[in-house]
Amino acid sequence: MTTIETSETRYLQVINEKGEEDPSVMPALFEADFRRFFETIVLARTFNQRALSLQREGRIGTYASIWGQEASQTGSALALSAEDWIFPSFRESGVLVARGYPMWMLYRYWAGDERGMSAPEGMNIFPMSVPVGTQIPHATGAAWAMKLKGHKKVAAVYFGDGGSSKGDFHEGLNFAGVFKAPCVFLCQNNQWAISVPRSSQTAAKTIAQKAFAYGFEGIQVDGNDVVAVYKAVKEASDKARSGGGPTLIECFTYRLDDHTTADDASRYRSGAEVEEWKAKEPLIRLRLFMEKKGWWTKEYEDAFMKKAQDTVDAEIKKAESYGAPDPADMLKFTYKELSARQAKELKERGW
Amino acid sequence: MVKLNIVQAINQALGQEMEKDPDVIVIGEDVAKDGGVFRVTQGLLEKFGADRVIDTPLAELGIIGAAVGLAAYGMKPVAEIQFMGFTYAGLEQLFSHASRIRSRSRGAFSCPMVVRTPYGIGIKPPELHSESPEALFAHMPGLKVVIPSNPYNAKGLLISAIRDPDPVLFMEPSRLYRSIKSEVPEEAYSIPLGKAAVFQEGSEITVVAWGTMLHKAAEASEGFDAEIIDLQTIRPFDEEAVVNSVKKTGRLVVVHEAPGMCGFGAEVAALVADEAFGYLKAPVVRVTAPDAVVPMARLEDYYMPEIDMIKKAFERVMQY
Repeated sequence: MTTIETSETRYLQVINEKGEEDPSVMPALFEADFRRFFETIVLARTFNQRALSLQREGRIGTYASIWGQEASQTGSALALSAEDWIFPSFRESGVLVARGYPMWMLYRYWAGDERGMSAPEGMNIFPMSVPVGTQIPHATGAAWAMKLKGHKKVAAVYFGDGGSSKGDFHEGLNFAGVFKAPCVFLCQNNQWAISVPRSSQTAAKTIAQKAFAYGFEGIQVDGNDVVAVYKAVKEASDKARSGGGPTLIECFTYRLDDHTTADDASRYRSGAEVEEWKAKEPLIRLRLFMEKKGWWTKEYEDAFMKKAQDTVDAEIKKAESYGAPDPADMLKFTYKELSARQAKELKERGW
Repeated sequence: MVKLNIVQAINQALGQEMEKDPDVIVIGEDVAKDGGVFRVTQGLLEKFGADRVIDTPLAELGIIGAAVGLAAYGMKPVAEIQFMGFTYAGLEQLFSHASRIRSRSRGAFSCPMVVRTPYGIGIKPPELHSESPEALFAHMPGLKVVIPSNPYNAKGLLISAIRDPDPVLFMEPSRLYRSIKSEVPEEAYSIPLGKAAVFQEGSEITVVAWGTMLHKAAEASEGFDAEIIDLQTIRPFDEEAVVNSVKKTGRLVVVHEAPGMCGFGAEVAALVADEAFGYLKAPVVRVTAPDAVVPMARLEDYYMPEIDMIKKAFERVMQY
């Protein structure tokens, strides 16, 4: 018997839970970069906390919290270029906030208004996918189109550990491998798909290693280490942009909140497990690291927190003062042109 | 004018649109070197190259799902699914994404793609190669469903489908692929989607049909004064043409090869009940397949609406 090929699954961590860096893998980043990471995480977390409060107050509907996953989301989004396309799942507020998607629009969306997913011109963010994992082949297709058109861009797609079980994952990654599409597959492995743990999604040791079978590289990164996520996504997108094909990045993180505001995670996981992960959440280590460098003070954090809260307050105000949607929109955006039936229905209903 | 069959007419339409618009690409299983299982894409690889006529992995969900992304980014993918029954693997991509991306994004994104697939009974193939589920797709807002019945409209409708800003399911009657020829202009031309064609004028019965069944209905109409309407597009369909014809004839027979239960004939019948009730002289009659799974070859002839059945329907409405 001979060996045809062997695979290795690498793991990347740059800053550990104690805020200590591994200089051998630290990318060339400066104070301003770390402030940007820190501030983006704080802003995303502020957005998220307010969304949870608004839901409890009945001001928005069911919401999927990103608490604990902010480094995976913001680190990856900040590593991509403005012209790259993003295909998010429904748990990606951090990605959208990091990309500068108008927060008031996100609040509108979660309050049940489709206009919130009408990405502003030039902001290449597809509406978040609600059916799990089904957005994966879209990113493959868009990346394939970029390649066919000779555009040096990347399509990045976000999905969870649950999403990696879908056929869409297989077909999307398989196509991307075959066509060498400039695609970055970002698995947000937050350990839980509602009540089902990661160990029940796949018998594989990692999700990252699945890339090997599609003929491209997969890597697992510490998803609570914003630098590791940033570095892995930067390298993968640079590689894709220069014709090197796709990469699967498994961000190993944790969903600290319930699945959504309609869920109660205490039914299926222990408080001790959650506490253990709380100690590993992304802001703690970033704070420690920046403090050691002399880039963090309590005053700095307090001042930015205040600024983030003011920003989010203003966005909520804007969201809530925005006019009600026009029922005619339901019909008007079904096709480019209204059908005769739709025109009749509009008239009959007085819209 | 040259006479072509449907396979040749579709091939010509694809070639001409690819010539005209560099964003048009053909993707699917065996579409490149093999020219497709029905040879519809034959010769396109040689003409347009491997970047525009692309064999994909064997994965219908992947083909349709990737087409969504290709189209959203600005390509015009024309995806071939080898048989209608295999589109079921891609239903979620069509129903949950392709059909609603324009609505979900309130116009920020769209998905101008075409899924071509042969449908229908009559060629005695293996299981799931003879489906006719047009009503399933016609129920989904955001999709368009087009079914040609002859080489001339196959070319003109496909050109319109490729140029359309929204996703189109283009169902090709496999039984008719090579069995009928008609004159097809060499130059590119389009037939508007959503418009019916009057196949035969008449004054006593309105017959609504499409695809393969149109020809059965026409054959059965001998001896009757029937106006035969070829719907051409199932969604959105030409309601005005149907209603106006029934207002003239006072009788309606719908013929389709899918089962009657929730079939598209029910929609046509309901429309007429709603808009032309006062003009009806007779009950609306549907001639359809029985409420059963599409059978294999040996029972095909029992399943498919036959000339006699259609004639009986005509006789029935003429009793009033």
